Parts: sequence; C-alpha cells; structure tokens
Amino acid sequence: MTDALTARRGRLDTLGLLQSGGVYLAIALLLVFNLAFTPNFATVANLRLQLVQVAPVAIVAVGMALVIASEGIDLSVGSTMAISAALLPLYLGYGAWPAIAIAVLAGAAVGAVNGSLVAFARMQPIIATLGMLVACRGLALVLAEGRLTEIFDPVLGALGNDAVLGIPVSVLLVLVVTGAAAVAVHRAAFGRRLLAVGGNRAAATLAGLPVKRTLVTVYIISGLLAATAGVISTARQGASDPSFVGLLIELSAITAVVVGGTPLSGGRVRIVGTLMGALLMQLITATVIQQDLPDSTARMLQAGIIVAAVYVQRGRSRA
Amino acid sequence: MTTPAVDVRSVGKHFAGVRALAGVSVELHPGQVHALVGENGAGKSTLIKLITGVYRPDDGEVRYLGEPAAFAHPRDAQAAGISTIYQEVNLVPMRSVAGNLYLGREPTNRFGLIDFRRMHRDARKVLAGYGITVDVRRRLGELGLGVQQMIAVARAVSGDARVVIMDEPTSSLEPREVDLLLDVVALLRRRHVAVLYVTHKLDEVFRICDQVTVLRDGRLVHTGPVAGTTRLRLVATMLGRDVDQIRRHGATTFDDRQLEATGTPVLRAEGLTRRPLLDDVSVEVHAGEVVGLAGLLGSGRTETAKAIFGVDGLDAGTVSVDGGSARRWSPAAAIRSGIGMVPEDRKSEGIVGELSVRDNIVLAALPRLTTAGFVSRRRQDEIVNTFVKRLRIKASSLDQKVGELSGGNQQKVLLARMLCLYPKVLILDEPTRGIDVGAKAEIQSLISELATLGLGVLLISSELEEVVEGAGRVLVLRDGAVVALLRGDDVSEDHIMHAIAQASEDDQAVRAPAAPEGGL
Repeated sequence: MTDALTARRGRLDTLGLLQSGGVYLAIALLLVFNLAFTPNFATVANLRLQLVQVAPVAIVAVGMALVIASEGIDLSVGSTMAISAALLPLYLGYGAWPAIAIAVLAGAAVGAVNGSLVAFARMQPIIATLGMLVACRGLALVLAEGRLTEIFDPVLGALGNDAVLGIPVSVLLVLVVTGAAAVAVHRAAFGRRLLAVGGNRAAATLAGLPVKRTLVTVYIISGLLAATAGVISTARQGASDPSFVGLLIELSAITAVVVGGTPLSGGRVRIVGTLMGALLMQLITATVIQQDLPDSTARMLQAGIIVAAVYVQRGRSRA
Repeated sequence: MTTPAVDVRSVGKHFAGVRALAGVSVELHPGQVHALVGENGAGKSTLIKLITGVYRPDDGEVRYLGEPAAFAHPRDAQAAGISTIYQEVNLVPMRSVAGNLYLGREPTNRFGLIDFRRMHRDARKVLAGYGITVDVRRRLGELGLGVQQMIAVARAVSGDARVVIMDEPTSSLEPREVDLLLDVVALLRRRHVAVLYVTHKLDEVFRICDQVTVLRDGRLVHTGPVAGTTRLRLVATMLGRDVDQIRRHGATTFDDRQLEATGTPVLRAEGLTRRPLLDDVSVEVHAGEVVGLAGLLGSGRTETAKAIFGVDGLDAGTVSVDGGSARRWSPAAAIRSGIGMVPEDRKSEGIVGELSVRDNIVLAALPRLTTAGFVSRRRQDEIVNTFVKRLRIKASSLDQKVGELSGGNQQKVLLARMLCLYPKVLILDEPTRGIDVGAKAEIQSLISELATLGLGVLLISSELEEVVEGAGRVLVLRDGAVVALLRGDDVSEDHIMHAIAQASEDDQAVRAPAAPEGGL
C-alpha cells in the first residue's frame, strides 16, 4: 500500500520534472547533438542567425502565453503582424518612428477588439480571434492593395540588421519583452489578476477584481507584441509583405507556449519557458535543415514534441 | 399488496471507505408515486444510481419485477423498462421537438432514411397524450423549460416504461409548468407506472405522492404513506431533529449571548427580486449582529446572498451599506462599500487552486495593496502573516498551492481573504459545510467573536443548529420569499421548522383546498 503510493508519487514527480524542465532538457540534447554531428554549428554567425530567426515567434509567443494564462487564445496574431507590416510603408513619409508607432498602435487596436469580444460580448476566445484572423489579413491586403512593397529606410534597416554590443537589435527586443512580461506576471499586480482570472473566473469576480479590464488588457498586450513582431519581420526582410508575413505564426506561438510548460487550461504561465519553447522549435528546424533532411521532417518532429508536451501536462493535471 | 415493480432490499454502498448508503429498503409499486426526500448528501442520487445500474450495491440487492436485477449499465435498465429523468434536461436544444423525442430511434423508410412525416405524426400523437400541443418541427431550444422537461418525460416514458425515476424534475420550472408536470405524473400513475419522485419541495410530496421515504446521512429514517404524516414531521426527519424534544446547545461553539442590535442597520437590502428565484426579499443586518438565513435547499438562501453581493442581476431591489449605495452594483462595488462574502461553493467560486495561500488571501485586497501597478510586498506579507496566525491556517508554507489544502483550511483562506478587507458586513454561505469538526468549531467561535467586535454577519446554513445557536435573528425563506422573521426566544429549531412547514400548508390550502390533510 505504502510502496504503491510512493511509487506513484515518484512517477508523478518525474512527470512534474519533465513538465517544468522538459524544454530545457530537450534544448540541451539538441545542442549536444548538433555540436557533435553538425559541422559549423558552433559558430557565432550560426547561433546569431538562429536567434534572429526566432525573434518574431518568440515575441508573439510571450503575448500568447499571457492570453493562454487568462484561459483564452489569440489566433489573430499573424494577421495583426500583416496589418502592422501593411501600415509601415504607408506612413514612412512621416518618418520611421511615427510609422512604427502607428503600426504598433494598430496592433493594440486589434487586441482591444479581441478583448472586447471576449470580455463584453462573452464570445469564446477561439471564435472571436478566428474571426479577427480572417478579417485582419483581409484588411492588411486592402491597405497594401495586395502588393509587396520594398522598404529602404535607414531606421528600419538598422532594426533588422544592426547589433548592439554584438547582440542583434531584434534579439535585444526579445530579451526586453520577455523580461517585462516576467516582471508583469511575477511581480506586478497585473500578473496576480491575470492568473486569478485564468484560474477561476468566478472567484476573481467574487473577489471584486476587474475581470473584464484584465481580459481586454491581455489581448491588447498580445496585439501590441504581434504588431511589434510584424515590424521586426518587415525590417529584417526589407519589404512589407502582408500576404505572407506571420502566416501560421499563431500555431508556432501556441506550440512554444505549450512546450514551454504553460497549460492551455489557464491560471498558470511560464514566460521564460515560452521563450525556451520557441527556441526549441527553431533548433529543431535548424537541425533538420542542416542535416539536409526535408522540411516535412521538421514538422513531424515538432508535432511529436507537441503531443509529448501535452501528454506530460495531462499526467500532471491528474495528480 | 401487489408485487413491487422495484424492491430495494437493505442496500449499502461505500465510496473509498465513506458510507453513502447503509441498509436502505424501498419498494416501488405500480400505480404509486413514491417520494424520496432528504437534504444534500443524504444518499438520494446514490440510491437512484443503484436502481438504474450505474452502481452495484456493496450489500443487499435490488429486485426488479420479482427477479434480482443486475443491470450492468443504465442502458440495460432503460431497456428493461426503468426510465430516468434528470434534473437538467438532457436533450439536444438545436434539434426539433420530434427529433428529440425519437433521438436514436428515428422511424426510417425503406431506403434507410428518416421518415420525417411519420416521425412528426407520431410525435404529435405522443405529445397530445400528455396534453402538450406544440409544433413538433420547432427547435426544442425555443420552447420553455417546462415544455422541454415534459418532452424529456415523454421521451423517457414512451415505449413500455414500468418504472419512472424523476430527479427533482421541477427545480427549474415556473409554478404553471410545475402544474403541467404534476399532471403528467398523475397520468403515469393512472397507467400503472411506478414512479420514484425525488424532490426538495414538500408541497409536491403532498400534492402528488402516495408514499414517502426520507433519507438522511445514507440511512433510511422514515418510510410510509404520505397520508400518515405531516409537513412538520417530514421537515424534522429530513433535518434530523426530534419534533418533541429539540436539544439546545448542541455541538456548536457559538457564543451563548446573542444580542439583538437596534438602531440603524449597517446593511439594508430591500425588495430583492429575481424571478423566479427571489421574490421581494428584504434583509437588515446591524453592526455586531448575526442574522441567520434558514430554509430548505432551493428556498433562495444563496440567491439572497448573491443578490446582496451584486453577483447576479436583479429585477428589482436595492442594497445599501451605512445608508450609501452605488449606482452600478457588482461584487467590486459591494466590496468597496464594505461587504464581504464567502461563497457556498468553495471550489468553483472561492479558491484559485493554482495560486499560493499568500496570493489567495490577498486576492480581494489587491486593488488596495497596489501602487503604480506593483503590489507592496511588505504590506502583503503583514496581512498574510496576521491572518494565517489569527485563523490558524495550516499550510506547509505560504507558497503552497491552495488546492492542496484541506477543506477547512481552504475555508479559512477564504475567510481571511474577506476579513483582511475589514468589511462592515460579512455574508457567510454555508461556512462550515464539508469541513472537519475541528475547523468547524474554530469557524463558529470566530463568527461570534467577529460579531462581538462589531461586524454584522449574515449567516446561511442548512444546519438548523448552526443558525439557531449562531444567530440572534433568523429569516426563514421558502420558494424565494421570506416567510418568517424570528427573534429573541422565538429563534429555535422548532419555530424554524414550523415556519417552513406552515408556509407549505398555507400555500397548499390556497392552491388545492380539497387536498387531503394527514394527521400525525
């Protein structure tokens, strides 16, 4: 009897460890594998490339993690990126910074609509943001008249390609966003409200918390971050491409969040884990490409990892 | 006497060592309506599930039509002629009335497709048999709950049901719809169906039932003809009280002195109305006073609490604290005005299980502890330490998840969450339900102590003892309305039970003057 209990406890602890540290373990394994088998992997240029490539997904994923912690989901992030990308060339005439500000504010506006649909119209997040996914991509194409526009702007060029102290600007931005989100969740009052709303909405309401304001805020943050990712992508490509920028990024972001140990059921969030989740997915893709395997292999590997991550969480939540 | 359709012979059932039922025997006879009553946790649903094959009894046996019944699955019971109608309508709101009636057994034509014309014709005929005339092609969801419930009954009974089990079928119905449903029950009786009718509403027992069985704590405490009992006796047996000698000063640890406060009330709620659950309920609580809310389950106790706290929208009514009121009433506004509430359902409305003890305690105080978006650690820890010590909350650390604590400690965390706001009025909805004896005693003495310190308390409990010994004044609710206000020496279990029963009798007299009244 006692033995059986201990055994079960032991198994659960392994699961718990996998859930909280699984993503780090997987990254470590992949790094070791690449160091051993991939030529030219451990070069500064390659590592920097990996980090720059992961930047947009990582930024979007942090916003997604916050939304998921509120027991919601934001499918409209990719289309929000497209809107921000479409707006940039339209307002570059006023200067790069005003154009960036407008693009980012547009993201906040999309988030405000999402949040209002969820908080006030009480729509299911998946439906509300699915609608916005379709609507915003369409709006972006209308704004850009369906065209790809090349951008020659020194500020945007710097955002895309420059580095400070050897660290690319976009990577710095990821660090700032992650740090700010971690502080907001773990230190600020906002994080407590968010986790209470996501963990038990009825209890949060009865505790007199501003549930609706919290929900709207979290979708606005997600929209802001998605638009920022849109600016970064556009800057890096040197072109505004509203048809393709951020396409399917919502899936990568959700994957990063889940693999990073944040349950879809809300009430818990791991910000650094999310960053690591994004990094892991990037490493998988890179490994597969550098081993000259087809891209489809990477996708199947990623799918396997998602299933494993969700399985581990399921085992945990039953405990 | 005829052979019983269902013969339950001294069945017992345990769950993980906890007794759910012990030695319960019930006979259901064709053409009789058998009432099954008891408070929550009395074992009613366990008994139903034993009869319908969801559970197998640990002891005793269930016989059906004279044969031992060993249904492996509810489906088998259904096929053998035992139909069950649940409290919530288990139908598909988006499908048509006829579609629901024949769900899973639609008549087909020779191509194997659904024969809609025949289905609609049959459905009309079946429903007409129950006196229901609706367009059978309409979507079920567009109809009233009463009609839906009736269609659920028709669905369950059509075919050759010999036994029909109804689990609180009227709990969400309007009075007019209740009348319709009871007509259907009468019809079933005429068709020699054996009906087991589970209810909390005593007037329904006396209106429609022939036999009544009372369960309490998994034991059968009374069974016999309805005609041989009275409302008072039923209430007393349900609540486990002896009508003749009601004990004073039982197991509770409330302070003996119950002052009746006078002067201006700190909380004044007037004319709270939310149809059909609340009807013109008014409550006043003075500083330093414990006011009890008594009544059977579903009488509107929790609804009153939630109305005062601004949880649900109201059709009418006002709430004011110290004479002041807010324009838009919500839990947040109630908390700002100085009301605190500990909800009845600890798990689903109280704790945030994934958050720590610390975060749960300061949850409602967050707006007050926040400066420029950040929570003051120092002030937060002061509060948490004070209340953990004061309420003796036992946790391995303040960072432990609340979901891992015992029920009693979770309840204390919720009390701390409200007390750290220093409210003027505290609403406690079943504050000691489902917690261990020790924690229960601690919470009861805490309530008395808080009142002594000047807090106004509105205490809701389904345990009469707790209300009587804890409260100075008691409001008795029934069917969403106040039926009695007891004060001083009138506050006794006897009087509360009389108020509940009396109200039923009055109501009964108005509705059906010719109904036979049973003597003791």
